[in-house]
Amino acid sequence: MVRVDGKGSGALVEIRSLDKKYRRGGEEIDVLRGLNLDVDAGEFIAFMGPSGSGKTTLLNLIGGLDTPTSGAVRIGGDEISRLSGRKLAAWRSRHIGFIFQMYNLIPVLTAFQNVQLPLLLTNLSKAERRKHVEAALDLVGLSDRMRHYPRQLSGGQEQRVAIARAIVADPTILLCDEPTGDLDRAAGDEILDIISRLSKEYKKTIFLVTHDPIAAKRAGTLLHLDKGTLLECTADGLFACKPEDAGK
Amino acid sequence: MKFLHLVLLNLRRKKTRTALTLGSFLVALFLFGLLMTIKTALGSGVDVAGANRLVVRNRVSLIQPLPLSYREQMLRMPHIREATFATWFGGYYQDMKNFFPNYAIDVATYLDVYHEYRIDPEEWRAFAADREGCVISPPLAKKFGWKIGDRIPLEASIWGGTWEFNVRAIYDSDVKEFITPELWLHWDYLDERRAFFKGFVGWYVVKIDDPANAVEVAAAIDERFANSPWESKTETEKAFAAGFANQIGNIRLLIMSIGSVVFFTLLLVTGNTMASAVRERTGEIGVLKTIGMNDSTVLFLVMAESIVVAAVGGGAGLALAKLFTLGGDPTGGMLPNFFLAGRSIALGFALALAAGAAAGILPAVGAMRLKIVDALRRV
Ligand SMILES: Nc1ncnc2c1ncn2[C@@H]1O[C@H](COP(=O)(O)OP(=O)(O)OP(=O)(O)O)[C@@H](O)[C@H]1O
Ligand SMILES: [Mg+2]
Repeated sequence: MVRVDGKGSGALVEIRSLDKKYRRGGEEIDVLRGLNLDVDAGEFIAFMGPSGSGKTTLLNLIGGLDTPTSGAVRIGGDEISRLSGRKLAAWRSRHIGFIFQMYNLIPVLTAFQNVQLPLLLTNLSKAERRKHVEAALDLVGLSDRMRHYPRQLSGGQEQRVAIARAIVADPTILLCDEPTGDLDRAAGDEILDIISRLSKEYKKTIFLVTHDPIAAKRAGTLLHLDKGTLLECTADGLFACKPEDAGK
Repeated sequence: MKFLHLVLLNLRRKKTRTALTLGSFLVALFLFGLLMTIKTALGSGVDVAGANRLVVRNRVSLIQPLPLSYREQMLRMPHIREATFATWFGGYYQDMKNFFPNYAIDVATYLDVYHEYRIDPEEWRAFAADREGCVISPPLAKKFGWKIGDRIPLEASIWGGTWEFNVRAIYDSDVKEFITPELWLHWDYLDERRAFFKGFVGWYVVKIDDPANAVEVAAAIDERFANSPWESKTETEKAFAAGFANQIGNIRLLIMSIGSVVFFTLLLVTGNTMASAVRERTGEIGVLKTIGMNDSTVLFLVMAESIVVAAVGGGAGLALAKLFTLGGDPTGGMLPNFFLAGRSIALGFALALAAGAAAGILPAVGAMRLKIVDALRRV
């Protein structure tokens, strides 16, 4: 179940009256204004919205990379906007996987080593780490590219390594910020196939930011971000979306 | 540490840059090694000086003598146990370039004041019995291939003519600083043969009962000979040795200044390098933090990088300096204690590590403070 009216309860992700303001020079920009969102475990949500509408900002807040100006982000009962420093970092490594538009792989590490990075922060043994990394790379279809460096991979392959890195620690939530933004249709589709599989077979809760309506169709729910709040839309009626449709 | 691997890989990213930074540390620490070697050589005797020995010399200068009669007078003063004396001979072997310290000693008392020397009693007796005898040190024996029984002609630059001496003994010592190229001859023999300064000595070395009385005794001696034609200046052996060095300007200060400037430059260069390395990797640091790396680990990664460079480059520089100074005194006698001491190496290494840490700290703190959202936006 997904709600944007703030009236749900007991959902995996509960966002209440979320405000995010940025200060640039003297002026203040309201990016998010009183945003509410309830998302149950296993949902696949796509966010769309004009550039600068705050999609990345929202993902960052859900993932605990940034702190809200006011309001609450509760995930699995934890009020993450209250966690700080070391605790937040540890929480993030357990619960969240991030996939970015720019892949952000470490160039001096092989595919295997890049995927292994999140596990180095755990107490897993070397053998266990290897097992997990191989499983993750296998899932994205790159078992034969483990020893390759990022520069020896295509963009689509790099993004698949990034997905493997995001899921290797088996997080509950995957946050994907325009993961296909830099790829052509074919490579992008491969990425979206993997993300869909992670939703269907592995029951991950997925938040996908995209500018591509076709990509957005993969999601179970499409939310439109505009003027600081969320509107729910049917995937087909995207451009007919009206504020009064919100909360259906 | 699981991430040390990443530190090393990061260093290999820009090989030229890493090589240049390593090179800066190498050159700086090589220079440091040489400066420390010279400093040790100039301050020779300073650290080994027994504080229970005082050197009494002419107040006017080291070249002016003191009367032989002072010995008896000093021995009558409180706290003074023994007094020996010596005079600079200033001879050279074949060529001025072969310079090494050589002086005439009072055979009867010299070893009573300097316990640091070990000499075979047989050899010493042979030296004492031969007025033309001399004692040499192991480095000198090695340098000219001299052995017991050899007859050595020295050109006496001060006293005139060629003097010949028989090698009767080769001394040894457990104190490294005492093993310098030098030669001793009989003061009695010198005094008999020379044409002037007869009955005078170059300097006295006085042994006192307790180092605690050094200041008091020194003052008493100088007071005793005040208002005489030969006023004295009494100082610790340490000050006496330093006085030699000061004659060629305040070289130690100069050395320290050069050293500081070099380290300061090193700090700026390395700091700048680390800052740009961190700046280039802003996005990656953001990713590492995103996947849950905590701030102190990020700090560690950057600091470790800078310290590893310092350790490797600095270590290589010191090793090179050690190799370079193994040959010993390059001046042929002016700087007998020309060697790079273990303590200097340790100090240099510590300084290198400190410079590495200091250079890394600002960029590291910057990386630690970097907010993930800002880091990712800058990608
Ligand atoms: N650190 C910051 N300081 C000031 N303003 C910021 C900061 N981060 C984001 N903003 C502003 O907040 C607004 C929302 O940014 P955000 O990156 O969330 O947009 P977006 O929807 O992801 O856009 P895009 O589709 O282009 O990625 C923009 O106007 C942006 O300029
Ligand atoms: Mg964005």
